[in-house]
Amino acid sequence: MPLNEIVLDMDKVKITRLKTDVLIVGGGAAGCFAASELKLNAPNCDCIVMEKAHIDRSGCLAMGINAINAYLNPGETPDSFVAYIKNEFMGVVREDLLYSIAEGLNSVVHEVEGWGLPIEKDRNGYYKMRGKRSIRIHGERLKPILAERAKRSGAKILNRVVATNFIFDGERVSGAYGFGIRDMTFYVIEAKAVLVATGGASRIYKPNNEGSARNLMWYSPWNVGTGYAMGTRIGAEMTCFENRFVALRVKDVNAPTGTLALGVGAKQINAIGESYLSERYECFGGRKCVTPYRLYATILEDKAGRGPCYLDISHLSDRERRKLKEDFLSMNPSIVLLWADEGLDKKLSCVEICGTEPFIEGGHSEAGYWVDVDRRTTIKGLYAAGDITGGSPKKYASGAWVEARISIKTILADINLNGKIRAVDESDIQNELQRITAPFYNHNQNSVTAREMEERLQKVMDEYAGGISTNYELNDKRLRLARDLLNELLGHLEFLRAENSYELVGCLEIIDRIEVAQVLVEHLFHRRETRWPCYQTRIDFPDRDDRFWLKYVNSVRDTSSGKIKIIKRNLQ
Amino acid sequence: MIYIDKNVCNGCGKSKETMCERICPGDLLFRNNDKKADIRDQGACWVCAACVKACPRHAIELKLPLQIGGNGASLNARVSKGETIWALKDLKGNVEEFKIKSWVDRDKEGCPALISEKADKV
Repeated sequence: MPLNEIVLDMDKVKITRLKTDVLIVGGGAAGCFAASELKLNAPNCDCIVMEKAHIDRSGCLAMGINAINAYLNPGETPDSFVAYIKNEFMGVVREDLLYSIAEGLNSVVHEVEGWGLPIEKDRNGYYKMRGKRSIRIHGERLKPILAERAKRSGAKILNRVVATNFIFDGERVSGAYGFGIRDMTFYVIEAKAVLVATGGASRIYKPNNEGSARNLMWYSPWNVGTGYAMGTRIGAEMTCFENRFVALRVKDVNAPTGTLALGVGAKQINAIGESYLSERYECFGGRKCVTPYRLYATILEDKAGRGPCYLDISHLSDRERRKLKEDFLSMNPSIVLLWADEGLDKKLSCVEICGTEPFIEGGHSEAGYWVDVDRRTTIKGLYAAGDITGGSPKKYASGAWVEARISIKTILADINLNGKIRAVDESDIQNELQRITAPFYNHNQNSVTAREMEERLQKVMDEYAGGISTNYELNDKRLRLARDLLNELLGHLEFLRAENSYELVGCLEIIDRIEVAQVLVEHLFHRRETRWPCYQTRIDFPDRDDRFWLKYVNSVRDTSSGKIKIIKRNLQ
Repeated sequence: MIYIDKNVCNGCGKSKETMCERICPGDLLFRNNDKKADIRDQGACWVCAACVKACPRHAIELKLPLQIGGNGASLNARVSKGETIWALKDLKGNVEEFKIKSWVDRDKEGCPALISEKADKV
């Protein structure tokens, strides 16, 4: 623990009140694009971006990415894009949302290219395709490029301010509260409209690695579902949480396998050298199977004693290997380090693969806010874009930009710039300040740290809600246990202890994560079929049941009792 | 995990915070009592290399923990105007260098990622 940070008391926390037209919560891919879009279309509209880290390197794009995976290459159309994703997600997707994303993908990518993103091109000047819907980029600096636009737009950027709750009067969102970790300031930011763009949730389940390597995970470890928790607390409707995302990644370092499979044509092979997708799993579609089956087949191979499984890159020339390292450096440098740890002169032939722990997010899969096609949430004054919106999977970074564009257009149409903001109830401000600073006062012997709570949460979710140790499998009994144990865990929240701002943020994050886990468990409990293997495998209901379950599982948390109500909605 | 060379780090002198502290997405870095950059918790590190790229003295290297096969290899990066330049050192001391394009100057208004604290005062 750093010695230069002192124990604080509440008197030292300042309160700063700000007013703006549009508040953007979260300065990641969607948030930065939204700020730029807003100021471009309405220069007189005031805008604040609230960001928990520093927008230059925050969110999912902090390391960079080496491909844009949602782009319509020649031959692809919005219809073919929607059909592809509908098939990947076994029919349960929001086609209206996906279509609106597909229509806007190419123009946002061209816009970001204009901001300085290098995109690989062939001799004729066309983008180099990595797949039908994927192009190659040099995206190591993509996040600083987006951040630069947000800063230059004239929006006010509040770095190192952690969002804690929405300002909500029971009817309408009119701003948000935040805790400034550098200036020890409690921010009360009132706004005419709020765009939530905080991304998904990681660190809910026990990760692949422990201790000294525990945060070397696929999804950003600091995306902890704060936006989901803030939404459920005010009764916003959520959808498809049970559609968890489990990535097939390079073992230990969690490097992307797409760079190997799509990028250099590496085949998935098992321990006895069989190309198992085509040799054993034609029933799933062989090498052309949908994404969850690549992982499911890998787990089946392991269970059958033919693991570990690998991606075979023995066919690559030295030049191709070097290019491969470059691609990884722009997206996930740790795999290059792993290879160097084995010796630079060693010929790389196979890369071991495995599944990650499950994540809750709406960029690769479809957990998130239930929104209309204009990205209004079910709460007045609150809009959503990016990984936090549900029902529109595989939108990735470029889809998040399109959603940012759509939501800003809606906000500008909905708000009256000359109108007044509803006054905040002073007692609400005091209550929230008390809630978030409570961990500073817990110093009795029963107190617990955020890290201890995290270990408990992850153990419960891993063992009873389908984590790695159970091959992602779920059943009724285990989910009931998970539900009870999470309730028990909630009872410990009052004992959370923090001695500095870093630990305080850890406490706020674990509260958010437990609340997200509760919603997740209810969703998993209610879908009584197996729709997406690994993402949602019910061993007590092993078959897909299109008669009853071609439906969305949605939820609303009751704002007074805290109870989660499940709503089944028909496909639209 | 990261390794901070305390002989090279100067704690970013009189700046309000060190450049690595400014950028770390997990808020893991801070200036210690010796006025050097320090990390609170290696196990919480995402190995994203944001600090490695931001350090003006190139005092920070990326490493892997022993748990997942870390063996002493290290990775350093420096950011030039249009490129990110990586130096990968293996356990025998062999160095492999990579120069990778990362920005195209299309509007002549300045380069992201070569930003000082001044740019934060919006």
